[in-house]
Amino acid sequence: MAEAHPVGFQWVMEAKKRGATVIHVDPRFTRTSAVADEFVPLRVGSDIAFLGGVINYILSNELDFREYVVSYTNAATLVTEGFQDTEDLGGLFSGYHPETGTYDPVTWQYEGHEEFAQSHEDAHVHRETGAGIQHEAHGPPVSGSVERDETLQDPRCVYQVLKRHYARYTPEVVERVCGVPPEQFQKVCEAWTRNSGRERTTALVYSVGWTQHTVGVQYIRAGAIIQLLLGNMGRPGGGIMALRGHASIQGSTDIPTLFNLLPGYLPMPHFKQHETFDMWAEAIRHLGQKGFWAYARCYAVSLLKAYFGEHATEENDWGYGWLPRLTGDHGTYQQVFNMIDGKIKGYFLLGQNPAVGSAHGRAQRLGMANLDWLVVRDLYMIESATFWKDSPEIETGEIVTEDCRTEVFFLPAASHVEKEGTFTQTQRMLQWREKALDPPQDCRSELWFFYHLGRLVRERLAASTLERDEPVKRLAWSYPTSGQHNEPDAESVLKEINGYDVATGAPLSGFTQLQADGSTACGCWIYSGVFADGVNQAARRKPGQEQSWVAPEWGWVWPANRRILYNRASADPQGVPWSEKKAYVWWDPEKGEWTGHDVPDFEKTKDPSFRPAPGTIGVDGLAGDDAFIMQGDGKGWLYAPAGLIDGPMPTHYEPAESPLRNPLYSQQANPVRKVYDRPDNQLNPAPPERHSEVFPYVFTTSRLTEHHTAGGMSRQLAYLSELQPAMFVEVSPALAEERGLEHMGWAHVITGRAAIEARVLVTARLRPLRLDGRVIHQIWLPYHWGGSGLITGDSANDLFGITLDPNVLIQESKVGTCDIRAGRRPTGPALLDYVADYLRRARLDATHYAPLETPGAGESDGRT
Amino acid sequence: MGVRTWIEGWPVYRQLTGTDPLGRGQAARSARTDALEPRTKTADSVAKSVCPYCAVGCGQRVFVKDGKVTQIEGDPDSPISRGRLCPKGSASKSLVTSDRRQRTVLYRRPYGKDWEELDLDTAMEMIADRVVKARADTWEDKDDDGRPLNRTLGISSLGGATLDNEENYLIKKLFTAMGAIQIENQARI
Amino acid sequence: MAGPNSLYGPIDPAPDAGYTDAPPRMGFFTDTSVCIGCKACEVACKEWNAVPDDGFNLLGMSYDNTGGLSANTWRHVAFIEQAAPSPAAMDVLREAESTVSTQFLGMPSSTLPGANGREDRDLRWLMMSNVCKHCTHAACLDVCPTGSLFRTEFGTVVVQEDICNGCGYCIPACPYGVIDRREDDGRAWKCTLCYDRIGEGMTPACAQACPTQSIQYGELDELRERAAGRVEVLHQRGVTEARLYGHDPDDGVGGDGAFFLLLDEPEVYGLPPDPVVTTRDLPSMWKHAGVAALSMVAAAAVAFLGRRP
Repeated sequence: MAEAHPVGFQWVMEAKKRGATVIHVDPRFTRTSAVADEFVPLRVGSDIAFLGGVINYILSNELDFREYVVSYTNAATLVTEGFQDTEDLGGLFSGYHPETGTYDPVTWQYEGHEEFAQSHEDAHVHRETGAGIQHEAHGPPVSGSVERDETLQDPRCVYQVLKRHYARYTPEVVERVCGVPPEQFQKVCEAWTRNSGRERTTALVYSVGWTQHTVGVQYIRAGAIIQLLLGNMGRPGGGIMALRGHASIQGSTDIPTLFNLLPGYLPMPHFKQHETFDMWAEAIRHLGQKGFWAYARCYAVSLLKAYFGEHATEENDWGYGWLPRLTGDHGTYQQVFNMIDGKIKGYFLLGQNPAVGSAHGRAQRLGMANLDWLVVRDLYMIESATFWKDSPEIETGEIVTEDCRTEVFFLPAASHVEKEGTFTQTQRMLQWREKALDPPQDCRSELWFFYHLGRLVRERLAASTLERDEPVKRLAWSYPTSGQHNEPDAESVLKEINGYDVATGAPLSGFTQLQADGSTACGCWIYSGVFADGVNQAARRKPGQEQSWVAPEWGWVWPANRRILYNRASADPQGVPWSEKKAYVWWDPEKGEWTGHDVPDFEKTKDPSFRPAPGTIGVDGLAGDDAFIMQGDGKGWLYAPAGLIDGPMPTHYEPAESPLRNPLYSQQANPVRKVYDRPDNQLNPAPPERHSEVFPYVFTTSRLTEHHTAGGMSRQLAYLSELQPAMFVEVSPALAEERGLEHMGWAHVITGRAAIEARVLVTARLRPLRLDGRVIHQIWLPYHWGGSGLITGDSANDLFGITLDPNVLIQESKVGTCDIRAGRRPTGPALLDYVADYLRRARLDATHYAPLETPGAGESDGRT
Repeated sequence: MGVRTWIEGWPVYRQLTGTDPLGRGQAARSARTDALEPRTKTADSVAKSVCPYCAVGCGQRVFVKDGKVTQIEGDPDSPISRGRLCPKGSASKSLVTSDRRQRTVLYRRPYGKDWEELDLDTAMEMIADRVVKARADTWEDKDDDGRPLNRTLGISSLGGATLDNEENYLIKKLFTAMGAIQIENQARI
Repeated sequence: MAGPNSLYGPIDPAPDAGYTDAPPRMGFFTDTSVCIGCKACEVACKEWNAVPDDGFNLLGMSYDNTGGLSANTWRHVAFIEQAAPSPAAMDVLREAESTVSTQFLGMPSSTLPGANGREDRDLRWLMMSNVCKHCTHAACLDVCPTGSLFRTEFGTVVVQEDICNGCGYCIPACPYGVIDRREDDGRAWKCTLCYDRIGEGMTPACAQACPTQSIQYGELDELRERAAGRVEVLHQRGVTEARLYGHDPDDGVGGDGAFFLLLDEPEVYGLPPDPVVTTRDLPSMWKHAGVAALSMVAAAAVAFLGRRP
């Protein structure tokens, strides 16, 4: 956190000054470790084993916050009789279908819900379309009516299921998998549990490298289970904080430019599952579910009204028929392979540099070299715009400038001070930026570019009679422009996002006003309220020192300016704060309403003792103690009966590339991970396959404080470049001795995809780990370098192949296996031969693919 | 300047007659030193902004004088950052004002060996033509069973996560209406 | 206003330099125990003061690639990795290499890397943002023949770039090796404690940017009190190695206007353990020189007078 989010880290230092204990778990000793009370080095890719060990510690010592757990989580809910755990099946859950490599999750359901479950064909579609990401704003659809055993004794209740699942995650197993000694692990467990409860809360902070694993979603789930068991969710000083790495990456999923989402986490229509409007709208929610997500139809209709305006009518299903349909995986990695295969004509890069910033850089560049045209919009010249003349593939002869047909447009972009608009920062806060001055020369905002591109395309299609051009012609595309460049008015776009009454144009005050009858339009339901009262709430800047510590009048946080989600859980079931010290929102019995420091995340006047009639659905179905109001059953999920493709509970699997056999189960790696079996995407062998010793070391990558992502905003600046002027690799003194690497000398790192060179920093901040009878060396690389800028160097992302998390289709680019050698890498065509030799030695030919299911998985193997 | 003023401005005179006989402080001040003031004080305008690097969302104040950004520093009012910035945020002025920034359109024609200059309006027209053509050439109306597809797989887009919400909204809206579904973002990465 | 301690010993430097109505002395307290080595101070300083970059050279000194304070680096973050290559790790490696099987047969577990938390505690990564000390007795200023270096009303020491002629006398005079000549223009440059900013009541750029308040700006007396309190707290928490550096008005430079809380000996950070103002002996030198000069005047007078019988 100190490395990549130094200013956010001020609050950790503040807490530390007040006596908080800071524990840092990381493969390498970083600037965060330097000021932490406890540094816990662990093997890259072993986090679920570590967190599973903590869960086991909590459950086997009954240290959970019992009253919170019983009332606010699904601990008491019963699971079907047919459910079989990884314990019983060698690392698989019940329902695995080897032919599709997906689960049929029918047995994972709550008792009595089996008929609601999706099939494994559905699961397959969900994986291909990354459907898991829809659940960022709300839980997956499940019925709210469940069977519970509040004594938590029934062997089929979630609490007992969880306890069995994690029973084998003992401190000894944690040591064998993670390399963390039991006495240190014990200290972490004790500190975490001791610091949680009525009087105290613990925060779990992760950086989004956690998402870059084939089990990335389950990493975060594992953290969520601990925080729910200890009663740290929905409370001040608690929670799970994702440290996102880009100014508006939260906004980029809320109002997505993602293939599988529409604004507000509504799914992009799938050609089969969502053939009609009703199928789409009904698929978003569960007919029997509780909570606000039951109103999904209002959000969907209002979005289509915002898109198509008066042309969206009840008669034409609000224009739903015009929306394009998914048939499977259309994600960025599938696109890259399609580019290599010549299927894609044109590509827009908008402030993004995949030649350096995306996994498997060579595939990225070869794909771009096989387009008809490419539009690059950026502040500085970046590697992705110049691959045709100076990429590494020019040197190897794989791209020949005169033979490369890609037509490239470089359009300079406006900087953050040359346009106005909102970023959504990592705690869901929208902050409006004022414009300081006009952009220079040809520089323009994306708002300008897309508004005018749309205008030009609409001009060209205005006279068309083709059905396919209807949605373009019917699009509501009228935004006021001003100034010398005809810049569209960003605030008018924000007003559309906020939503308005169609008849009067009056801005809505929040998403509870949205209707399914076409009387409201709203571009993103979760952002509704950002323009409440006709005021740009995101532009509020009441100084922090003039406000309460919650600072509700600075910016605007979705939903409804609520700073902590699910904050109903900060009070006990009766609505009384768990402790005076941790009071946040509470029930005021005299006024008959919820009140407190934040906007209560609950119906304002719903009494804590309220209990709905059985079978009541929607918001009315939420009981007075159903704190998790966006979940179909109103509860925080220790166990996920739906919505996850790779299992209801996090389970330790090895990374796709690992030098180690999974010490816990026969099943080696995530059995439903998304793979691309192609000759140009060779993955290094992992046990039980042979020849993994050709790539004996583990490597990981991350950021340096002094640089930003692919370097486009830092390697061009002298004041940042001088601080970290060269690509380097960090190795332990022991590995340096083993491989003859010299401090400040050159070394090169080799995988099945590439060999890259870097200067060597030998440092005790990296160290070998001993686990499961072996010494494991870990190597660390920053990923900021490329061929353009004041300082240049090889790109670490060239080393990675492409394998994805099945829930959200994010690549595993925080862990891989490699070799490291002293000296510089070969250059020119010799480089290709050099990598090919490694592939030969590892027996990786064009027909070799690692099977998803490992022999022995699916049977009770008794491995521990 | 009269002779008297001239003499009084002479450091040695000040040193001999003033309170600083050793000439190390008050008496040593130059005219430039006396006139020093922070350039933020003379700015024509100050915009309240947000740092464009990571997602902490630190407040920035952007000072502009004569149409140029003269300083970007932390906004002490922000309850998130309390006026502080990391090295990247502190380098924001360079990011915006650097001579290395590309400020004009560049064009590489197919099989071209180098960049060429291109007028922005022409570039926009050319891009619009290519979008319309790629869409028409790769349009998919229905699948084999007659289910609607309404899409093109001929166009891709990958956006950075430093785009504004308003920008992302228009991008997704336009591409969706055009049937382009391969729209992705750093958020996937 | 010059007093008996004008060149050595405790003194309030601004009144001594002729500021009759001087505001309180201002300074920096740099608390290295909360420094996270982000280098925001280096960048913020350069952006505000338009200081040139220092070249793009990987130095291999941990994460320090600007090397030290110079004409082009007025704030500098030092990184000190305190850990010898772990002998235990080497042993494990050799042991593992000598056995072909994956079965580990070697050392007792207590000596294995990561077998206990000790090595982690032994591993320290110290970071420290260094800066001009704005000495109470600033030799750079005392030797400056042009009056370019001067004492401000805030007690800080500043180079006047319009006066400096690049003679370079100040450079060997600095007991900390801070002030430096810039190669292209030959003039001397160093931290001004953002004289232009503090004159308007603003905070110096480095201190304003510092994410963790490792760099604190304020009235020196107040900072000294705060620093003493911080040391006390750290000692109570078992950080017995915490100590102040440059805070003492009785030290060899009369105390620094920019002082530090360190977690190890000053030498570890590249700081002189006992800096002394290089002009300490100037008064006695002047006295001797004065006597000599007077003798010469007397001799000359005698010679002159002696010609007239």
